[in-house]
Amino acid sequence: MEQIAQLFIENQMMIYFIILSIFVGIEVIGGVPTVLHTPLMSGANAIHGVVIVGAIIVMLNMTEPSILNYMLGFLAVFLGTLNVVGGFVVTNRMLEMFQKK
Amino acid sequence: MTPTTILLIKGLAYLFGSITFIVGLKMMGNAKSASQGNKLAAIGMVAAILATIILHTDASGQLASVPAIVYFIIFGAIALGTVVGWMAAMRVQMTKMPELVSMFNGMGGACAALIGLMEFAHNTGEGKTGTLIAILLGMVIGSISFSGSVIAFLKLNGTMGKPIRLPLYNILNTALLIGLSIFTAYMVHMSSQPGIDHVSAPMGLLYGLFAVAIIYGILFTIPIGGADMPVVISLLNSFTGLAAAFGGFLYDNKVMLTGGILVGSAGTLLTLIMCKAMNRPLWNVIFGAFGGSSGGSSLEVDGSIKDISVSDLAVQLNYSKKVVIVPGYGLAVAQAQHIIKELENLLEERGVEVKYAIHPVAGRMPGHMNVLLAESNVSYDKLVEMDEINPEFEQTDVVLVVGANDVVNPAAKSDPSSPIYGMPILEVDRAKTVIVNKRSMNAGYAGIENLLFYDPKCSMFFGDAKKALTALVAELKTM
Repeated sequence: MEQIAQLFIENQMMIYFIILSIFVGIEVIGGVPTVLHTPLMSGANAIHGVVIVGAIIVMLNMTEPSILNYMLGFLAVFLGTLNVVGGFVVTNRMLEMFQKK
Repeated sequence: MTPTTILLIKGLAYLFGSITFIVGLKMMGNAKSASQGNKLAAIGMVAAILATIILHTDASGQLASVPAIVYFIIFGAIALGTVVGWMAAMRVQMTKMPELVSMFNGMGGACAALIGLMEFAHNTGEGKTGTLIAILLGMVIGSISFSGSVIAFLKLNGTMGKPIRLPLYNILNTALLIGLSIFTAYMVHMSSQPGIDHVSAPMGLLYGLFAVAIIYGILFTIPIGGADMPVVISLLNSFTGLAAAFGGFLYDNKVMLTGGILVGSAGTLLTLIMCKAMNRPLWNVIFGAFGGSSGGSSLEVDGSIKDISVSDLAVQLNYSKKVVIVPGYGLAVAQAQHIIKELENLLEERGVEVKYAIHPVAGRMPGHMNVLLAESNVSYDKLVEMDEINPEFEQTDVVLVVGANDVVNPAAKSDPSSPIYGMPILEVDRAKTVIVNKRSMNAGYAGIENLLFYDPKCSMFFGDAKKALTALVAELKTM
């Protein structure tokens, strides 16, 4: 219990940050026409590809280099890139179709 | 560079990334600015990734010296991922778009899960409770998102057809979720004990937790029917966002935090909006689906079904003033979007006004029909949303329903015992005539009888959408 309390006290700024970000997310989506739901979902999908930054940090910080760790790291960066590049490109394709009249 | 300069540039790059995500997502909510919004977010992402690689610092705040092989691996993985991701995204047909989004989402989830697997061992020990919570929750949620998305992918591309329901699957899944939560809490507790370090870290249990999370993702998704997959993908999308946010917490990395939380909350809201369009609460999608035979319609169906021939239909359309087309999943499956555009052109040449009525949940993703019809160059302003088109049906001569079913079922308005009662529908029965193109008399996803087909105003035009419409277009050309 004390650990949890400590965690809260130490990370108050972070908690405020998280709560405000949640409201930004809700605010940003509000009032979107149904027509755009698919591209929007796809665009949001590309944005969470930012998890690749974590995969890169793991690689750069690797304290115990081993073949296994290198392979896992390679896989993580590769999968994250797929998410980012594929996500943005497929969203772009969808949206370009809306544009040409 | 001095440590301050490095921190400043990196901080600015992350700030720039975070702002582009928020502004980009906001711009994507408007048809005019959507494409720029997407590109803006992509630029922010590149800036964040480059800053992470180039401005990596060691404990002293100086640029860290990292073995060349590590850079080689990182750039190799990025290059390979770019080529594969780009090709997959460029080559996929518009009808397969939902599957691909699901697959990319799963890849992001897997990335988050791998980060957890790699970071666990050297973040154990006393006082590491917060770090361990971030690592383990990120891994568990990422794994659920990964396996769930793969199942959603398989369901959407037809490899896994029918929903699979294990006996008592709701109780089983709930029990597994509780078990998974307790297991995660136990891992956090025991790995933060004094004396645990990267050598004595419980790696076996970690892999066990990973496996249970993967299994839960599978069991969570398999009972849900194909028609509900958009909701599931949207939900799993927000899960991956959450997993990325835990990664941000772990590294105190602001761009991962903003990106992750933004998608987590926006994705959750989007999921709820989709559920609302179907008039079903989220719990009902996840736990209930339509429970098969129980609680079916109590209305006796009387009357008979009429067929219409190609030539009669062609004549009828030819002499109409106003035709409204209602596209559904059948149109996507049959890849009939181009032929339907040809039909539209032919009719317009003959002075017939043609519009498309778009139900919010037609197809396999909200907006699926818009994307599909945009592919065949159907003009954006011919696509009319439900609330706007419903009053127009009374002045419509012919409504042509192509591969849609539940979204035009009048039982949603008239039969309180119907499972879809209360769902807003396209009120096509108010038009002068209704023609329904379907492959067979099989019920729609909800598994219920469609009273519309027995309406005296309604005729059936059986056949695969592409073949049937091709025949219709050929017939019209002879007139």
